[in-house]
Amino acid sequence: MANIGKTTKKELLQLYREMLLIRRFEEKAGQLYGMGLIAGFCHLYIGQEAVVTGVNASLKDGDQMITSYRDHGHMLALGMDASGVMAELTGRSGGYSKGKGGSMHMFSVEKNFYGGHGIVGAQVPIGAGLGLANKYLENGKISTVFFGDGAANQGQVYETLNMAQLWKLPTLFIIENNQYAMGTSIARSTAQKDLYKRGLSFGVKGVQVDGMDVLAVRDATKKAARHARSGKGPMILEMMTYRYRGHSMSDPAKYRTREEVSEMRDEHDPIDMVKNRLLKEEWADLNALKAIDKDIKSIVGDAVEFAKTSPEPDPSELYTDVLLEVDL
Amino acid sequence: MSINIQMPALSPTMEEGTLTAWMVKEGDTVKSGDVLAEIETDKATMEIESIDEGVVGKILVAEGAQNVAVGTVILQLLEDGEGADDLSAPAATLLTPSPPAGMQAQDGVHNEGGKMDPVLQRDERDKRYDRVSPPVQSTPVEMDIPAGTEMHETSIRDALRDAMAEEMRRDETVFVMGEEVAEYQGAYKVTRELLQEFGAKRVIDTPITEHGFAGIGVGAAMGGLKPIVEFMTWNFAMQAIDHIINSAAKTLYMSGGQMRCPIVFRGPNGAASRVGAQHSHDYSSWYANVPGLKVVAPYDAADAKGLLKSAIRDPNPIVFLEHEMMYGEIMDVPEMDDYLVPIGKALVRRVGTDVTITAHSRMVGRALEAADILAGEGISAEIIDLRTLRPLDSNTIIQSVKKTNRIVCAEEGWGQSGIGAEIATRVMEQAFDYLDAPPARVFQKDVPLPYAGNLEALSLPNAQDVVNAVKEVCYED
Ligand SMILES: Cc1ncc(C[n+]2csc(CCOP(=O)(O)OP(=O)(O)O)c2C)c(N)n1
Ligand SMILES: [Mg+2]
Repeated sequence: MANIGKTTKKELLQLYREMLLIRRFEEKAGQLYGMGLIAGFCHLYIGQEAVVTGVNASLKDGDQMITSYRDHGHMLALGMDASGVMAELTGRSGGYSKGKGGSMHMFSVEKNFYGGHGIVGAQVPIGAGLGLANKYLENGKISTVFFGDGAANQGQVYETLNMAQLWKLPTLFIIENNQYAMGTSIARSTAQKDLYKRGLSFGVKGVQVDGMDVLAVRDATKKAARHARSGKGPMILEMMTYRYRGHSMSDPAKYRTREEVSEMRDEHDPIDMVKNRLLKEEWADLNALKAIDKDIKSIVGDAVEFAKTSPEPDPSELYTDVLLEVDL
Repeated sequence: MSINIQMPALSPTMEEGTLTAWMVKEGDTVKSGDVLAEIETDKATMEIESIDEGVVGKILVAEGAQNVAVGTVILQLLEDGEGADDLSAPAATLLTPSPPAGMQAQDGVHNEGGKMDPVLQRDERDKRYDRVSPPVQSTPVEMDIPAGTEMHETSIRDALRDAMAEEMRRDETVFVMGEEVAEYQGAYKVTRELLQEFGAKRVIDTPITEHGFAGIGVGAAMGGLKPIVEFMTWNFAMQAIDHIINSAAKTLYMSGGQMRCPIVFRGPNGAASRVGAQHSHDYSSWYANVPGLKVVAPYDAADAKGLLKSAIRDPNPIVFLEHEMMYGEIMDVPEMDDYLVPIGKALVRRVGTDVTITAHSRMVGRALEAADILAGEGISAEIIDLRTLRPLDSNTIIQSVKKTNRIVCAEEGWGQSGIGAEIATRVMEQAFDYLDAPPARVFQKDVPLPYAGNLEALSLPNAQDVVNAVKEVCYED
């Protein structure tokens, strides 16, 4: 088991709750998909919970996040309402995008979540653009851009790294290296597999982090955020992680062995790791953990109820939100 | 209270499956994430994981059971401290939730189910297509097939694959590249078995780098090869459009005719099902706007095969627009050694006298459905399947309009500057005096495609929209 960093009872319990919420939410989403209530693409974050939870633990209020279509965990970590997210998955008017975006496309100005993007790699320059705005406005914020190991091969990522370093943008590039892009393992898509080195020729520093260890993620992010916030420019954090489920709901994931998946799940599960620490430190006993579990289940249960009962968007919504009215 | 575990739908269209194997037995303790059972749909086998913890109380469906309906309780799990007494008789609640109201709008095929991952939903979708698609009513008056040619039922997916395989056998410089085309056998399985037959030199998996590999394809074409570049969907080709237009389409001209670029860019175009705005874009009119390209959009399996073979042999850059929702459709393909369909020729799919309807790709099916409805009301529609969008076969359209005096131009994409706008203009330029009514257009609503089932159904044009437009130009109702 990876080394586990310094923490407190309060912090660790909080991280546990946050990760568990993502896990339970995603499991439920998978179930609703199975029931036909969610359609289209639905990409689950199960297995990767420590990444966004650890990053979020080191951000300040107002810092921004942007990611790909695998976005449910990011929204929950930022404190977006589970019901609003679930209702977007079911395409209902109570969803964050009034049902018009779906699983891959949600946003929250209030919580500084800049989406949910469907085109692999496209969020990377946009995230750096948030950094440009932060620097320009001198608001002290940093932006965090999440993208996958597959996305790391897109050309626009490198155009962005160059500009981000050239202009010393306060942006963290967080690569969620879950080893696969759909059915393609990183070894089959990538000439040089150390993704944290991808910025070196531009002078962008990178570190590799155990992305299954929420405290390691927290610590690495804390350092990197300090670097970015102090005007030294961007950094790359390569989070080594793993998705337990298929690429999206109906991928049978035959390109990897069951043993590989169980090994990760049994030996490196980010939630179990925290749970064991809580027990070992005697910061919680099994009953206390059960109570948390129950609490989370009820949050998720409410979200499901809302997502089932929230009405479909009114047909008039078809034509709204295409352009803003201009009144000059 | 025990927890009832039900047969899940592995896609919104799955109705039943086979329980191939139990991974647990009664009395086992399971925790969340443990695999409970293996379930087989048409071709895919998936594992069901437990999301709850507990002890397996009772297994209610035997291993090997077939046609287990989605929603059937297959296992009861006892929560902490429960015993067998806590097992309640499973209520026969079949969890087949009625889809949200709008989901089953007129447009049965499209809205019946969500799209899943490109990975395997095709099996489910194939089934669904077989069930609900209307019989293809074609009167292929212009089809050039020797009498007595046998027909072979083929899915559009396999027709495309066969076209590539035949051309690869015929010409060693033809090769395929794209994301997931080789080991994964294609995200939509269009390149199935090509790797096995032609090897990794000629069936090349690329990283997710559309702009880069499109450019590499263009360079390889200039260097003497005949690349087929697959885009997982055309939505992602927006990353690569610079090479398609600036590098592929313009080079012959800029080089004064010296530099050729024989390349086929192909993949699924347009709206699939419930995948939202960024994955549902119809690019027909975009590419049809560009001199230096040929743009092909087949409707049926025979054309998919014959046109793709012609495209691969064509010395020009070709944009080949397929339709994901059509891949599973099974139709006749002539059994011929070398079945080629000429690029640049439209096909009259149904002969009629009262109105001309033009369409391409999946919209042809909608137009044929509309023609059936109209026939019931005494209106005889002539259906023109455009097949090639550039060069557009104006002649076939104009001839038809001179006969029917009315035209409806249908397409799945947006209207402004669309294919229909172009056709309507040509008809007015070349057959104005023959028109008894202004041309009418049918197209997608002028908004990005929404995710919600009801809004999506409202956005996309269907057969009824075509019928309404025809009535408008016929001054009916
Ligand atoms: C430009 C583009 N090309 C292809 C796709 C199809 N696609 C969606 S996700 C994906 C794999 C991405 O893998 P990775 O970046 O590792 O992220 P992960 O899914 O593992 O989170 C692909 C090829 C897309 N959405 N956009
Ligand atoms: Mg990945």
